[in-house]
Parts: sequence; C-alpha cells; structure tokens
Amino acid sequence: MNLTLKIWRQKNANAKGKVVTYQVSDISPDMSFLEMMDVLNEQLIEKGDEPVAFDHDCREGICGSCNLQINGEPHGPDRGVTTCQLHMRRFKDGDTIVIEPFRAKAFPIIKDLVVDRSSFDRIQQAGGYISVNTSGNTQDANSIPIEKDNADMSFYAATCIGCGACVAACKNASAMLFTSAKVSQFALLPQGEVEADRRVLQMVEQMDKEGFGNCTNTGACEIECPKGISLENIARMNREYLKASLK
Amino acid sequence: MGTFESNTPKGPLAEKWTNHKNNINLVNPANKRNIDVIVVGTGLAGGSAAATLAELGYNVKTFCYQDSPRRAHSIAAQGGINAAKNYQGDGDSIYRLFYDTIKGGDYRSREENVYRLAEVSGNIIDQCVAQGVPFAREYGGLLDNRSFGGVLVSRTFYAKGQTGQQLLLGAYSAMNRQINRGKIKAYNRHEMLDIVKVDGKARGIIARNLVTGELERHSAHAVVIASGGYGNVFFLSTNAMGSNVTASWKIHKKGAYFANPCFTQIHPTCIPVSGDHQSKLTLMSESLRNDGRIWVPKKKEDAEAIRAGKKKPTELSEEERDYYLERRYPAFGNLVPRDVASRAAKERCDAGFGVNKTGEAVYLDFSSAIMRYGKEAATTQKIDNPSDAKIKELGKEVVEAKYGNLFQMYEKIVDQNPYETPMMIYPAVHYTMGGVWVDYNLQTTIPGCYAIGEANFSDHGANRLGASALMQGLADGYFVLPYTIGNYLADDIRTGAISTDTPEFEAAEKEVRERIEKLVNNKGTKSVDHFHKLLGKIMWNKVGMARNEQGLKEAISEIKELREEFWKDVRVPGSADEMNAELEKAGRVADFLELGELFAKDALHRNESCGGHFREEYQTEEGEALRDDENFMYVAAWEYTGNPSEAILHKEELNYENIEVKTRSYK
Repeated sequence: MNLTLKIWRQKNANAKGKVVTYQVSDISPDMSFLEMMDVLNEQLIEKGDEPVAFDHDCREGICGSCNLQINGEPHGPDRGVTTCQLHMRRFKDGDTIVIEPFRAKAFPIIKDLVVDRSSFDRIQQAGGYISVNTSGNTQDANSIPIEKDNADMSFYAATCIGCGACVAACKNASAMLFTSAKVSQFALLPQGEVEADRRVLQMVEQMDKEGFGNCTNTGACEIECPKGISLENIARMNREYLKASLK
Repeated sequence: MGTFESNTPKGPLAEKWTNHKNNINLVNPANKRNIDVIVVGTGLAGGSAAATLAELGYNVKTFCYQDSPRRAHSIAAQGGINAAKNYQGDGDSIYRLFYDTIKGGDYRSREENVYRLAEVSGNIIDQCVAQGVPFAREYGGLLDNRSFGGVLVSRTFYAKGQTGQQLLLGAYSAMNRQINRGKIKAYNRHEMLDIVKVDGKARGIIARNLVTGELERHSAHAVVIASGGYGNVFFLSTNAMGSNVTASWKIHKKGAYFANPCFTQIHPTCIPVSGDHQSKLTLMSESLRNDGRIWVPKKKEDAEAIRAGKKKPTELSEEERDYYLERRYPAFGNLVPRDVASRAAKERCDAGFGVNKTGEAVYLDFSSAIMRYGKEAATTQKIDNPSDAKIKELGKEVVEAKYGNLFQMYEKIVDQNPYETPMMIYPAVHYTMGGVWVDYNLQTTIPGCYAIGEANFSDHGANRLGASALMQGLADGYFVLPYTIGNYLADDIRTGAISTDTPEFEAAEKEVRERIEKLVNNKGTKSVDHFHKLLGKIMWNKVGMARNEQGLKEAISEIKELREEFWKDVRVPGSADEMNAELEKAGRVADFLELGELFAKDALHRNESCGGHFREEYQTEEGEALRDDENFMYVAAWEYTGNPSEAILHKEELNYENIEVKTRSYK
C-alpha cells in the first residue's frame, strides 16, 4: 500500500506546531499502525530528518502508552483496540491518514505526538488506593468472600489502561470515565468501603484541579475506550460522590 | 557483605528465612527518615519495593523510562501468579512449590532462595486481595485457581488474561499512597545511565531526563536495580519496545557480577513472525495450554498442503493429527514446562511439519475444549439432547469468559477467528532467568547495590515455570528486600545526606556525557534499528533455542564485529538536549551489543544442556536435554574486566540438601 500521512509536528512544548505531509510506500496490510510509523521514521532517519516522536511500549494493547488521534478518532477507526493493535489492513491503498496527538488542556504536548499525561497519575495519587500496609500481615485472602458479580464488575473497571482516549474523545476533555473506573473498582469491593467517601471526594477534586472538563453524558468516551470501560462507572461515581458530599 | 558469598543462613531449610529475619539488623524508625534509597524500575519488583520501603519510613526515589510507573512491562503478564495456598485441596504445600520450582529450573537455582519464595507466596495473595486486586472468583465468592505448566496441582491465581496488569496496578496504587505522603519521589521519563560508587559503595546514579535531555545526579545510601530482563537482545521478543539491559549492564561494568546470562526462556506459545517489518512478538498466555491442544499434521503432505493454502486444519480428522506433546509426554501432556514445549515445537517444524507460510508454526486447538465445556454447560442448564451447534455455542461462551481478551488479541493480529480455526503459535524469547548475581539478601557484589525481580538471577535456575515471575517480583519487592536491605543500612544511620558535589559524581557524569556526545556526533549512515536487527538475527540463529560450539564461536566474533561497526557507522538524529527516542535506543543497543557477547561466551562455556540452554552436542537419544551435574552444577557469575569476551568466571557451587537431584522427566 502507498499512503499519504498528515502528521502533527511540534519541536517542543513551547514551539508552534504544524501539520506536515509525508508519503510512505510498500506498507503491508499485516503491519500494525506503529510498525507503519517505524517505516516512516526509518525513512526520515535515512534522509537525515528527525523522526516523529510518539509514545509506545508494550505494543500489545496493555501498557496504555500509545495514544494517537487517527483521522479524528482516538486509536483510530477500530473499536476495542489501542493504536498499537490497529492493523494496516484497516486502510486502503492511496488513503490519506491524519495523525495528531491526544488533545486536552490537561495533556500538554511535549513533542510531536507525545503528550504529558501526568495529570492522570496525580488523580490516582489523590486517593486511588486502599490504605493497607504491604507488610503481609493481612488476613487470609479467602476470609473475605466477594460476590462473583461484584468481583467481575470491579475487575472490568480495573482493566482501564490509563491511555487517555476517553479525554481525547470528549468534547469537554473530561476525565470522568478514567476517574470513575478507579472509584468503581474499589466501591464494588468490601476492602474499599472504609475509605470510599474520602477517596471519591479527593479524586474528583484533583480531577477538577487538573483542568479536565465536566461530563455532559455524550458517551463518546465509552465508544472510543479501547478496553470498553462502561459509562455505568460514571453513574456509580456520581452516586458515590453525592453520598459522600451529603454526609 | 558485597562479596561473592551466597550468605545463606544456617539451620534447617524451613526455618532459615524466619531465623534470618530475627537475626539481621534493624533500622529504628527515626533513623529511617534520614536514609535515602533509589529504586530503578517500577514494575512489580521495583514498584512493590518502593512502596514498602517508603511505608517503612525510608525516603525513596523511583526512576522509570516510561511516562508513568503503571506502564512497566509487568503489566503485560497474562496468565497468573503461583502461591502455595492449597485452596483446591489437591495436596499443594510450600515444599511442593519449592520442589516444582527447583525441578522446573533443572537444578540450577539456589535452594534457600527458592524455599523462601515458596514460603512467602501465600502472603502475596493475602496482600494483593487486601489492596483490592480483583482476582477471579467462583460463585461462592472464594478465589479461583488454574493450572500452569510443569506442575500437577492448581495453584495459579489469576485475573482473566490480565493478571500482571492487576498486580502492577496494585503495586502502583501502593506507590501512589506513598507519593501522596511525600515518601516517594517519582522520576518518570528518566533513565539511569550509570551507578556512582563512593569508597566502593553504591551511593547514587546518573540519570537522563528523557524530556529535557538533562543529566541529573541523584544520591542515596543504597541503590536497588529492578529494571527487568534483557530479552530484547534478540530484537524480537515479547518484551516491551523499551525493555533494556542498561541499568544491569552499567552496574556489571562497575563491579556487579552477571550470572548465567545464557539462561533465557523461549516461550512456546507466541504468535508467529509474519514478516520483516515485525517490531515485536505477542505472547499467548500459557494458561491457554490448560484447554488448548497442540498439534501438527501427522503426514508431511498434509503440512505441505496447509502451507500452500490448499487445505484447512479443520479438514484434518483426529487420526490425521499428531498431538506430539501428548504423545511424547503422556504424564504432563500439553502442560510440560516451557523449555520442553518449545523444543518439541521446533523439532516438529524443523522436520517439515510446520503449518504457516514459513513453516514455523504449530496449532493450538480449542475445538475439543469448546465441545467439552459446551456439554457441561448444557447439563448444568438442563438442556436435553442439545444439538452440536448448541453445544458449540455454549462452549464458546465458556471459553470466551476464560480467555476472551487473548482470543481478541490473536484475532486482531492474525485476522483469523480462533473460535473457529486453531491458533497458530511458535516459540519466542520471553524471559531471562539469568541476570545480576545476588546473595541471599539480594545484594550484588557491589556493596549497597541490590537487584530484584527479573533483573537478578536468583530463583528460576535454567528455566522458569509459568506464573512464577509475578510471584518472584512481588516476593522480592514486598517481603524480602525491604528487610534484608535494613541489615546493610543499619551501618548508615550516622552517614547523613550524601553530597552529589563530589569527584565521583563528577567523573560518572562526565563519562555518561561523553558517550552520549559520541553517539549524537557520530553521523554515520545506518539507523540504530539496523544494528539491533542484525544483532537479533545472530542471537536467534546461533544463540537461540539450540546452540552448538561452532555457532557460538561464530556468534562471539560476529557480535564483536557488529559492535565495532555500530560505533563507526550508527546515525543518531537530533541532539542530546531534547526528547530523542533514537538516542535512547542507541544507548540501549550499544549495551546489548556488549551483553550479547557475554551471553554467547556463557553458552559456549556451559558444556551441557539444561533448562532453556540446549547445546546440540549434549542430548539423549530421544532428543532430551543432557545435564552434566558433575561439572556444571554451579552458577556462572562473570566479572567484567574491560571487555565482555575477557570476563572472568566465578563459580557458586550449588548444593542440594533438601531435594534429590534427578533427571528431569515429564513423561
């Protein structure tokens, strides 16, 4: 396949960025999207140009590093996959592909397609944990039976990879889906109950502080989420928040 | 301390760890506030160690090259974590887990370390559940288990195919709690480029800020290396793109011995290579071997027809299939250890029975599992005389609930539906058992420098059993290192803060800077990946699944030449004072080019086959590994002397007092 790529280039956080057009040829449909980017970068290096910077690591859809906005959609046209799991067979010979970074006030650009998502870490630091020491002096694991359905729902919420697609998809750049996934994971488990109020209040406060927008229930986040994190989590977080603020 | 002594405690095996903990020095809580510890790497081992050290009161600094600790490659571990809980009542015990691990490692690991690992394994599960890790449960609300290779009990705890993710996020949340308290300072997007020694002791590191390119000096009273394994020396592996040996290699060059580098795990069930463009390989969890059956066609004509696209695997009847693992190893069947399964796949493919275009793939088939589960489900749901289609439908639901995300991953990559046609799989580099040599306290031969998790060599011998890497990472980080390190730090309570404004830091930073400048100013003609791919080819062809004397000798000289070529002709675009991914890669590949040579040297010196190390000259008539306990029952710890090929061999003899050394058999 031969493709035209329109890619956001930006030297650093303070520089002005622009879209630059590149051509790549001989792209195999079996390549992943990032392997296609590798081909482009090899080509640029050979010509003496600077390769395009983008975040990536595990390349199997679990680390959450990769985060490209492809033709206007976070992680591209496929559902339920990250950028690294998107394959070129999804595109046609002669296609033009527009590649941008995830855009949000709380995700400032570092370089080209690389953005700073440390705001997500700070939301987690505000309360995304159960305060138990790791001394090992806890009770036997099976002394806390947990209803399977709750355990499963908790697990599904916990499969969030923190990529930021929900924020990039949202017209308000809201981080509600991300934050609510962690709140839900613990809200559904007896171990998390003790600190539930403090957790939800602090995490939401931090989320607002970081400059993420509010949720207006458009649901784009759920559709673009590569892990299928459900909107129900946002509803659950709203309930938890209300409950905690009325106390 | 800091010498080449295993420092294993005296006394009966089962009491050693408890006695040791009772006898080592402690640091009083008030003094811990005055002690700094650096942790390099924030995966399961590093993340859990950092959290625990901070809880204990030490000031911790963590370093990772990713943008967040949550992205460390532990996150990609799929299948599970072992623990000797015996919740299934199938006769499991600490001793059995210990025994399985020693035997699985082909009698090349240290008894005392492995026993301790088995001993603390149960606590890991308790700890993780308390932290809110959502393990799989049964309807009764209790934890579920599955089986992994090389064992005859069900002791693996799991969270669907995302166990590593859930455990890592548990450790990450424990870290976050300490970051919030100000006890951990996390330096993300930072890479350690050298260790700094003062008076022979590890006292800090030089790190590069990967956003600004700035070199930073960080001091501490001890340095913990938790930077994972070196499988990417093969270019293609299941490791993350950024996984590297740099931190381990830098400490090796400053005095830490490197042990058993040739012990590498080739995992049997990975998605086969599809072409030259491939940047990495994807694992299909070993848990799939619980239900999937591995086979190739019995007749070569069928294999040829399948390769040519003239036949489909589903067209072959049961009689036309060779379930070669079940045939060769009836006792363990599809659940033989990884090294055995990998070699058996290679043997069939080399003999001409491979099933993909390149002839380097075998089938992993779920059709009988789907029917079996379907029948069970029909019975439970009281469906009388269900049709085959109904059984299949019900069976698919069960399989999806167990392995859904893995099947989806497979379908995305290969573009085939594994519910309908068998998966194609082939062995790939996955894990490195070798690593930095450590004593019982996990201390390297540099005083004050520790290595934990995959970065060290200690627990898996010549082959690691499935679901044991997560166990070791968390055991080291939560339950071992935070206590053993106190014994060393107890002497440091009066040292006070360590200045970075010293000749030692100056010299280390200068060395790092010069190397970076050399790379950036080299202006050669070939990209970093060009060299990395060539290195990978040499490693895979001559130091891979089967090795021989001649090939290894060739590999050593070829790697040396390639390294010289690299330094002459590599091109690193951009500058050193900005975010520069090519520069990062160049530094890592430069280190792989040195490690590769030591790796081959180690494989050449070990004139035996054991675990993942298979020397063609040393095999039984049936093609099984032939160990030489008389001459090679030792850990090969290499001392750097200025050139990887001139490394000096130190031997740590292994003594088995509690286990009878036998020929490993899974037949």
